[in-house]
Amino acid sequence: MLSSLIFIPLAAALVIALFVPRDKVNVIKAISVTATVIPLVVVGLIWSKWDYATQAMQFVEQHSWIPSVGVEYFLGTDGISFSMLILTAIMSVLACIASFGIKHREKEFFALYLVLVTGMYGVFTALDFILFYIFWELVLVPMYFLIGIWGGPRREYAALKFFIYTLVGSVVMLVGILALYFQSGLGTFNMLDLTKAAYPLRFAWWAFLALYLGFAVKVPVFPFHTWLPDAHVEAPTPISVILAAVLLKMGTYGFLRVSMPILPEAMKTWAPFFATVGLINIVYGAFVALSQKDLKKLVAYSSISHMGFVMLGFAAATPQAITGAVYQMFSHGLISGMLFLLVGVVYDRTHTREIARLRGFYITMPVWATIMAFASFASLGLPGLSGFVAEFLVLVGSLNVYRTITIIAALGIVVVASFYLLMMRRILMGEPMEEWKKLPDASPREMVTLIPLILLIALFGILPSTLINIINPSVLSVVAKLGGS
Amino acid sequence: MREYAWLIAFIPFVSWLLIAFFGHRFKHGGDKIGIVALTISLVLATMVLVETANVAMQGEALGAHGPALAAAAAQAPEMKGESPDIGPTFDRSITWIKIGSIDITTGFQVDPLTAVMLFMVSLVSLMVHVFSQGYMHGDVRYTRFYATLSLFTAAMLTLLLADNYILFVISWEVMGLCSYLLIGHWFEKPGPMMASMKAFITTRIGDVGMLLGIFLTYWATGSFAFKDIAAATAAGKVAGPMLTAMAVLIFMGAVGKSAQFPLHVWLPDAMEGPTPVSALIHAATMVAAGVYLVARSYPIFHLTGEALAVVAYIGGFTALFAASIATLAQDIKKVLAYSTISQLGYMVMALGVGGYTAGVFHLLTHAFFKSLLFLGSGSVIHALHTQDMHEMGGLSKKMKVTTWTFIIGTLALAGVFPFAGFWSKDEILLAAFNSPFKLLFWVGILVAFMTAYYMTRAVTLTFFGKPRDHHKFEHAHESPSNMTVPLIILAVFATFSGLVNSPLTGNWFAKFVHFGAEHGETSLLVTGLATAAALLGILVGYAIYGWNVIDRKKAIRAAGPLYTALKNKWYIDEIYDATVVRAYMAFSAFTAWFDQHVIDLVVNVVGWAGYQMGLACGDFDLEVVDGAVNGVGAGVMAGGSRIRRVQTGYLQAYALALFGAVILGIIVYQVIGG
Repeated sequence: MLSSLIFIPLAAALVIALFVPRDKVNVIKAISVTATVIPLVVVGLIWSKWDYATQAMQFVEQHSWIPSVGVEYFLGTDGISFSMLILTAIMSVLACIASFGIKHREKEFFALYLVLVTGMYGVFTALDFILFYIFWELVLVPMYFLIGIWGGPRREYAALKFFIYTLVGSVVMLVGILALYFQSGLGTFNMLDLTKAAYPLRFAWWAFLALYLGFAVKVPVFPFHTWLPDAHVEAPTPISVILAAVLLKMGTYGFLRVSMPILPEAMKTWAPFFATVGLINIVYGAFVALSQKDLKKLVAYSSISHMGFVMLGFAAATPQAITGAVYQMFSHGLISGMLFLLVGVVYDRTHTREIARLRGFYITMPVWATIMAFASFASLGLPGLSGFVAEFLVLVGSLNVYRTITIIAALGIVVVASFYLLMMRRILMGEPMEEWKKLPDASPREMVTLIPLILLIALFGILPSTLINIINPSVLSVVAKLGGS
Repeated sequence: MREYAWLIAFIPFVSWLLIAFFGHRFKHGGDKIGIVALTISLVLATMVLVETANVAMQGEALGAHGPALAAAAAQAPEMKGESPDIGPTFDRSITWIKIGSIDITTGFQVDPLTAVMLFMVSLVSLMVHVFSQGYMHGDVRYTRFYATLSLFTAAMLTLLLADNYILFVISWEVMGLCSYLLIGHWFEKPGPMMASMKAFITTRIGDVGMLLGIFLTYWATGSFAFKDIAAATAAGKVAGPMLTAMAVLIFMGAVGKSAQFPLHVWLPDAMEGPTPVSALIHAATMVAAGVYLVARSYPIFHLTGEALAVVAYIGGFTALFAASIATLAQDIKKVLAYSTISQLGYMVMALGVGGYTAGVFHLLTHAFFKSLLFLGSGSVIHALHTQDMHEMGGLSKKMKVTTWTFIIGTLALAGVFPFAGFWSKDEILLAAFNSPFKLLFWVGILVAFMTAYYMTRAVTLTFFGKPRDHHKFEHAHESPSNMTVPLIILAVFATFSGLVNSPLTGNWFAKFVHFGAEHGETSLLVTGLATAAALLGILVGYAIYGWNVIDRKKAIRAAGPLYTALKNKWYIDEIYDATVVRAYMAFSAFTAWFDQHVIDLVVNVVGWAGYQMGLACGDFDLEVVDGAVNGVGAGVMAGGSRIRRVQTGYLQAYALALFGAVILGIIVYQVIGG
């Protein structure tokens, strides 16, 4: 089952790259959509057979690969990674549909896009460190091209920055992985087996640091975050969507899958640091967002702010807080993906993202504007929508562990609300501008990408147990490892 | 019937969906859907109220739930552990979130407090729905208006039905959203644009405090459900500073929502919204939700004297402070807005001094007469197209129904016998009189005087004297029946609703809605002082504005700085703008600058250095890597030569780095691990 998630998009990428002529754009698009929809269906099938009771890995596939050094082809999924698979499945289809707006070199674009999708599925299913690392890097490379070739005016700078940053991060992470491999003395890269080994605390602390750098860059955690606004601003819309919705989650997923279960003792010493940087992300990200003049940058900084809640939740390590953190990963994926889709819609029409040049869109493009308002309220944590559940659980779960930090973080919610409301006031309200009066409202294709997100954000806001029941056993196992209650 | 109480909130919710998505297909934009829905809700709410009342009265007769037992409990400290009786409570809940053994439930409950509130909200909302047909006639966003009105009502009713803080907070915020959308109904104009944003952000500051208070309560009591929390606090599980912190933080939510000082600044600005919205949301229901919050959280509050003192003094100060501004406001809606803030302060003060029944009672009567006054002002604005009282005058000749209902509302608000406000205001003053907060009793008397004064002023300026703007007066006319009928219905309630807690009905209300046993003996002194204050206020108001006994220009000059300060609303907005808002925006600008010019600079310098190194390393000929790169590149990158060149350099550096990582890993292992 899980292999098909990885190999269907990969096979489709190869088919497009090798066999489809570049002028058959519709064929390319058809193949791409099919190759992202099938995994979505597979994820649905897995969901229908999901065992809600177990903490163990499900749908495991384990084959020997390079036995001499203990590398395996080992896939499996638990509640935490499966929630990420659901997110990946949904967002990869929607971003694929959003990619229909790409108007040059479609063949390369979709081939690279499918490689990117392969990498994402791989990261969330791999249970062997080397396999994990390969997929981790596999995401990086197509991303670089997708930003560098189809991006905005400063795409090369942005792509390079993204590449160097994540490259340095992943190299250091590899150091950490290798250190674990040697230290454990088990001669295996099996991530589950490595959790059983004991590591001396001093070693664990350093190994944790190495892994931290790799994951923190992806999240991104302050002060490693400056690649994100640049990458977002220059990336084409669907790539921004994937970047915000799924790629950032790879970093926090890494903490959950690798750092915390394998090095729980080190995590305990690192926890106050996590809480602190989480708080910085929340408050600092929100304040920087408030002063942004570029709409896409504003959304990018809001992502930084929101990911801070994940870090805070990890630090607190109570069942509520970690559930909230995972919920935030999922919810933020939907909401930020939606925001980037919406920014793309207006950018396609106006060719500007400058907030000062946009006004009166409630009248100019009422449907788009209403959905934009919905997404903004979702992002600022309006109760009844998914973001609230996540922030609520993180804050309630952290309050008894880091009281002062949690109180300040809660105040960060006001800052987030203020920049979204200011943005809505400037862009959506007011008299429409002559310049944009004739703009068409959201097209059916755009609505196809937006409506599912509206429904999902509302669904997961009202019925959170839909997802929480899946992630619950795995979260509890992480909490147990960290010695929480 | 009570098991179906959730329908009262659910029907307006369905109405919202219908109007929002299909309203434009209907002839009148879907307004009838909302009216029908609210009518059903009102019928259901009435049935629920009657049933709850019956159950309560039976219970009292049997002595099972009645105040008598609770009084005994209060008198006997050894029986501590029972939460004070709030009357028969019907509760249904289900699991909402389950994390391991942690079970977070949600559900609805009906107790006397909920039952009376449900009735009031659905009645006022229905009146506003009907009134808006006339007032909003021909509006560009008529359908959107009705849709949001329905959603608001659904949220408010859900809030009342919630049996736990989570559902409470959800509906609380959805109300805030609707308030935001309706204040900004005419969003192309700068006023509503600014006001809607200000309202949302200001109330959110209070909301954060409330959320933290709720979270603290959760950790202290292990639950979000009201009944569990009541049981836990009554059992003495929480005490001391923790209890006070919980109560004060929760109270912050009420300070924001009910526009108490210092977060009151959004409510006057919220008058930018359509007047029916002001009547429903910003007078009768949503702003009163803060008072309801305190009443609902009384199992926490009543155990902490410190928190009650905070509540009492904030309420009392707000009542006085807002009344002072209302005495000089020139815009008829602003008079009513400051009056609302002042009256909300009154209710908050009542709860603070221990007058649970008094606070809730005033909340109900106030909802009727204040929505009446707002709708009445709407009728005037509809006729004159101005809100400035200096352009009004003499309207009693042309708008009989509006004038008389407005006067009824004024008498009720001023607290003149036998109108509704008389009874509820008396209860509050009595509670203050019997409490240790003697100062607040006198504040209450002073506010009663000021209230009567500024309302008389408003009535006189608007309806009596000579028309000051003849052009506008010429075109004035009485409003259509869909506007006047709601006025008449509300006037009936403004007149008679106070009687439910009068000797005439044997103080029925106090027996129905109570928190434990409240022993308030009626005091003729209190009643006499309150009535005297009200009559004096009316007299002074009419003397100045009706008989013109003093030269107002001279009086203004004599008042000097006091007049200027009052006219400028004590400069609170200016002070906030100059301090908090400015510092906030400056800090944001600084962080943005810091991010771009400090952090990113470091990144770029490091990146540049790395790039140079990468190029240098590129001279290292790594055949294998280069070949692999070109192999991939040939398929993918044809045409992107520049990119490819850079990329090739990078992949070489990358391979080197990988190689280095392996070496480093081994070294780390040797040094640290070994």
